[in-house]
Amino acid sequence: MSNDASAFIKEYCAKTGRDPARLLDVAREVQARFGCVSPQSITAISREMKLPRADVEGLVTFYAFLSTAPKGRYVIRLCNDVVDMMKGARDVGEAFSRELGIKFGRTTADGLFSLEWTPCIGMSDQAPAALINETVFTHLDGDKARRIVGELRRGSTLEGMVDTFGDGNNAHPLVRSMVMNNIRMRGPVIFSDLQPGSALKKALALSPAEVIRDIKTSRLRGRGGAGFPTGMKWDFTRQAEGAEKYVLCNADEGEPGTFKDRVILTECPHLFLEGMTIAGYAIGARKGIIYLRGEYAYLRAFLEKTIQDRRDSGLLGRGICGKAGFEFDIRVQMGAGAYVCGEETSLISSCEGSRGDPKNRPPFPAQKGFLGRPTVVNNVETFACAARILDQGPGWFANMGSNGSPGTKLLSVSGDCRRPGVYEVPFGIKLRDFLRMADASDAAAVQVGGPSGQMVGPADFDRTICYDDLATGGSIIVFDSKRDVLEIASAFMEFFVEESCGFCTPCRVGNFLLKQRLDKVLSGRGEPSDLDALRELAETVRFASRCGFGQTSPNPILTTLKNFRSAYEKRVKPNPERIEPSFDIRAALADAENITGRKSVLFPA
Amino acid sequence: MQQTVHITIDGVNIPARAGSTILEAADDAGIYIPRLCYHRSVTPHGSCRVCTVLVNGRPQAACTQPAADGMVIENNTPVILKHRRAIIDMLFVEGNHFCMFCEKSGRCELQAVAYRLGILAAQFPYQYPSRQVDASHPDIFLDTNRCILCGRCVQASMQRDSKGVFGFTGRSIWKSLTVSSGEGLSKTELSGTDAAADICPVGAIIRKRIGFDVPIGSRPYDKAPIGSEIETRRAATGDEKCQSQK
Repeated sequence: MSNDASAFIKEYCAKTGRDPARLLDVAREVQARFGCVSPQSITAISREMKLPRADVEGLVTFYAFLSTAPKGRYVIRLCNDVVDMMKGARDVGEAFSRELGIKFGRTTADGLFSLEWTPCIGMSDQAPAALINETVFTHLDGDKARRIVGELRRGSTLEGMVDTFGDGNNAHPLVRSMVMNNIRMRGPVIFSDLQPGSALKKALALSPAEVIRDIKTSRLRGRGGAGFPTGMKWDFTRQAEGAEKYVLCNADEGEPGTFKDRVILTECPHLFLEGMTIAGYAIGARKGIIYLRGEYAYLRAFLEKTIQDRRDSGLLGRGICGKAGFEFDIRVQMGAGAYVCGEETSLISSCEGSRGDPKNRPPFPAQKGFLGRPTVVNNVETFACAARILDQGPGWFANMGSNGSPGTKLLSVSGDCRRPGVYEVPFGIKLRDFLRMADASDAAAVQVGGPSGQMVGPADFDRTICYDDLATGGSIIVFDSKRDVLEIASAFMEFFVEESCGFCTPCRVGNFLLKQRLDKVLSGRGEPSDLDALRELAETVRFASRCGFGQTSPNPILTTLKNFRSAYEKRVKPNPERIEPSFDIRAALADAENITGRKSVLFPA
Repeated sequence: MQQTVHITIDGVNIPARAGSTILEAADDAGIYIPRLCYHRSVTPHGSCRVCTVLVNGRPQAACTQPAADGMVIENNTPVILKHRRAIIDMLFVEGNHFCMFCEKSGRCELQAVAYRLGILAAQFPYQYPSRQVDASHPDIFLDTNRCILCGRCVQASMQRDSKGVFGFTGRSIWKSLTVSSGEGLSKTELSGTDAAADICPVGAIIRKRIGFDVPIGSRPYDKAPIGSEIETRRAATGDEKCQSQK
């Protein structure tokens, strides 16, 4: 380790006050400055933070954006989400690879570039997309890939290479990104104007208990996907004992095909920040944290500026809106590339500076959350809804949508449709009607709710999008008749295998084995009995996994087995000889043949 | 606050101390719920999931779920048994477990639970991962081929030895046990007398030089299945405390 790194670690750790909850920040800073968190840096951080070395190593090796081996000055992370692959990411990858002269996972000899695949970065409506360091590049093709590499080699800056900006705040001086919002349908809850402070002032005119009563009356349910009643969550947290409480905003939008929170963060920051502040008032918290996924780092400066603007206008800080005794402030906590951190207890672990492992429940976050204190964790969209409810009234909100699912929902649609983007629709809309809006006339299969949701076929298109039927946190991915549902299921399982935290057995091992067996079927070596084996294994993973990740990760297999059975059946064939078709006898004999120097007589090549 | 609550496990009504977990209550009542990562001396980890039971119809880990009055728990049912076998098989194929020449055989909890659940061979393909043995420490072997990532050593080193010798690195199927030195076990603070040196349920952390002090065949699980030590309690307390509802 250079003396630079050593000196920096010493100084930065001191700056954090050696607070273990800042460990992820320390690691992110070291990674950004020195291109890796080397084993020597891990030792130095452990010494400075007074933490066991294994804890620091555990954290660094958990997050995809941290590495112990040196990375290039430019880390190109090309998205290999299903939609990106459908839109040509493989060709883009080959172009990058050829132009750089390296394979994926490698760094160029001059230390300038690293090339990696990364799961969904929230740009499925403008795929193929890549992150280069923190800069987003959308609508890529082979030519663009070659040009990007060429210009960076010639010394261009990443900022300099974004010559056209996206719409709305994507062009804001603190964002300056080519990302497009693609808002296709505006609705009354999220995509309507809000005078900053108007909802908050109405909330502060009520007592905290009355605010919670209003949220309960609106019957708002969590927009992240699980659909827990928000008012009840706030009430539990309010009633929990503890002088210090927290409001956590889950901006770790990682479900493949979901990008609607990105648009709220970009276009409606006041709305959700106001919702967080109202939650703080309702539960009696003074501190809020936005957990922003590492992929959205390009929005950080803009969000922090918006937070500062709200402080300057008396909407955050002490005595908010002149209300004596009400104090609330918000900071941004950056993630570092881990889908599981969208699970609320993993998110809390990550905010605490640990590996993003989920926690045992009970206790629930409402009782013991961040740093063991009562904590509300809600999705960005949920906070946005809460602010609008206080502004427009709970009855106004409850009258929209369907009975069990009031309000509107943001849907992000991508894949084989002509109008990909973000739609604000009332809950209870028929999938068929929504597909028509998105101009997806040839839809043969639709993934509702992302990989952890369900894959449905035309027989289910008359079902409705709501919590009680086709539930979704916002992801809708359309596949036309030319796509292979087994290949899609396999890609989704690969995602889950990559992203499992590995804490519990069924999720760690089960998903891996599921993917292995699915690929056996996909390659044509499967038998009919493999389909039962798949279902049984999937059921064990769903039954026994510790958190929502493993309880839903077998869904790509379970729902395609149910709704697209024939795609499986036509690929398997009986194997009366009972020869294990996945066993490669030649490969198994290779070592022995090399050692003995002679070829097998029984199993010739 | 109520001092004792009552729960039923497979139709048997048992008392539970307020605040105890389902697994602790079952142990006290002499009902065996299979488990691997749980050890009474450290905070329940909830990671192996072998002790998963149905609580009022919902799957929960018995080692972390507090007992609440009136809970109806299913433990020993064909469906749960099937899931437990699958989990045990996952652990076998994930690592390299060769009972026939492992010095832990007969006192290995993984092996014992497998036998108790009637497993003779794993139903999933073996993965044969390539893992290292760390023999650097003067008193302790660390063989991660046999590690089941239960976290007992991690917790014991932190909670009982106040050291933090062990931890986890990587994630998903690539997750593995690591030690706090970056250079092997001998460079850590681990001492042969540490709680962490004695708590491994399998043969991943074992003491040197005593591997076969008790001959194979005369070891605890060679004589009686794992869980018998718990079930004898039920025989001892008789039926007064544990009345069947049937």
